[in-house]
Amino acid sequence: MALDRATVKKIALLARIKVPESELDSLAGELSSILTWVEQLNKIDTGNVQPMAGGGHLALPKRADAVTDGGAPEKVLANAPERVETYYAVPKVVE
Amino acid sequence: MTLTDLTLAEARDGLTKGSFSAVELAKAHLAAIEAARGLNAFITPTAELAIARAKAADERLAKKTARPMEGIPVAVKDLFCTEGVLTTAGSHILDGFKPTYESTVTRKLIEAGTVMVGKTNLDEFAMGSSNITSHYGPVKNPWAPPGDKDLVPGGSSGGSAAAVAARLCLGATGTDTGGSIRQPAAFCGIVGLKPTYGRCSRWGIVAFASSLDQAGPMTRTVGDSAIMLNAMAGHDPKDSTSAPVPVPDFEAAVERGVKGLRVGIPREYTMDGMPAEIADLWRQGAAWLKEAGATTVEVSLPHTSYALPTYYIIAPAEASSNLARYDGVRYGLRVPGETLDEMYENTRGEGFGKEVRRRVLIGTYVLSAGYYDAYYLKAQRVRTLIARDFSQAFEKIDALLTPTAPNAAFAIGEKMDDPVAMYLNDVFTVPVNLAGLPGISVPAGLSARGLPLGLQVIGRAFDEETVFATARVIEKAAKFDTRPPCLKK
Repeated sequence: MALDRATVKKIALLARIKVPESELDSLAGELSSILTWVEQLNKIDTGNVQPMAGGGHLALPKRADAVTDGGAPEKVLANAPERVETYYAVPKVVE
Repeated sequence: MTLTDLTLAEARDGLTKGSFSAVELAKAHLAAIEAARGLNAFITPTAELAIARAKAADERLAKKTARPMEGIPVAVKDLFCTEGVLTTAGSHILDGFKPTYESTVTRKLIEAGTVMVGKTNLDEFAMGSSNITSHYGPVKNPWAPPGDKDLVPGGSSGGSAAAVAARLCLGATGTDTGGSIRQPAAFCGIVGLKPTYGRCSRWGIVAFASSLDQAGPMTRTVGDSAIMLNAMAGHDPKDSTSAPVPVPDFEAAVERGVKGLRVGIPREYTMDGMPAEIADLWRQGAAWLKEAGATTVEVSLPHTSYALPTYYIIAPAEASSNLARYDGVRYGLRVPGETLDEMYENTRGEGFGKEVRRRVLIGTYVLSAGYYDAYYLKAQRVRTLIARDFSQAFEKIDALLTPTAPNAAFAIGEKMDDPVAMYLNDVFTVPVNLAGLPGISVPAGLSARGLPLGLQVIGRAFDEETVFATARVIEKAAKFDTRPPCLKK
């Protein structure tokens, strides 16, 4: 699959990564070459094969849906780039 | 013999006997770290912390209440969150991040008595096979022939591998998503183990691809690897994928030998264009195991050639999801913008390096509406076939022997223009992650240029014991001198 500039721009928007206009063409080339390469998987018939999700050999355990941690706002906020009282501060979202 | 030349096991015995103190041992390694600054193996050395922990270790040693790794200097890949100590993942986007908690694996290492000497350099978010993608600059391989070009240490745990090889610590933690412990171990002439998926907790390790990531030890001997894995492994309720299975005494399995073991040689790992010296070393490894009483059996893992393309769908897909958390809101870098979305885009545009950006975009694409089935689901189905190849082979054999990497260390700057050429470095290691199995790289010989080459032993899930025993036989037969040329008189 060859990706064009417009597609790369769209993916970058979905991923919320600003890509300079000047890099769109080279990035489209790199991503296209990776996608073309992975498409060799289409040679394998996987009709009846179940997808493997997760890397473990054991079933995932269940636990009680209970609060086990919390009440540490200072620890949680210790690395905040910007904060107001015990909240993270971000640019205005609602007018 | 200087203190930095000791193996981890020898240092443990010396500390127990009182031949030297933990503070002396720590100071010797801290001095070595200062002298080897040029390797760029560490992002953050932690000298003060090391001395404080070494003093506490000496008190315990004096009181005869020493724990299994009391006073042993170890380095930690800068992907493990360490309480109050800068944790960067090799990325600009985590600028200034000091976790308020300790990862489970490093907490267990502290509780075993180890002394952390620093946080080691790595490829950004562990994405790379060369350590070139680190925001903190490339690491140099201590094995580069004097006067020659600088060589990569491999990656992504390249700082850890270089630090262990250059005798800046007695062991280090690494993480391995597609070969990131084993390939740098091979390039730097040390032992690197990727345990079974679920053997070590992933809690507090900066996530790359959650179904593939696994922490493991990097050391100079197989015995040291077993000692360190015993300290790192074990079930952790905070990681639902960590396995609630008993942790055996790995050290006790190391000298078990291979008599009667059936070792598989996978036909498909003979690649076109494989350098003769690597094919020869592989044959030599099989011969050593036979001499020690094992039988070798040719086996087939038919889907081997599909492992890399499968990995390069699954790993970026999981990474794009895991790395969504870096948004400039809660920690690390924030690059301002007029709107919230613009702030996200600016922060991530500036904070991520090129390889990380490439993988997040690929991952976003293969998970996006209309492409999910064709790419991601397809890769998950092929992953099932790759895992099945291994489980069918293990009906007939007890371990597999392969080369660790298709080449020795290459020069810094090579293979940078073509991502797919770089990805091929992990051709022999990636299938093991996809199947969730344990694999070790053990140094087994030198290339014609004098660079280390490793052999990989792969075992059944949760059978690290056989992996250690097999690797130990290779280690004994190879008599590999782990001292890089710069340390030889």
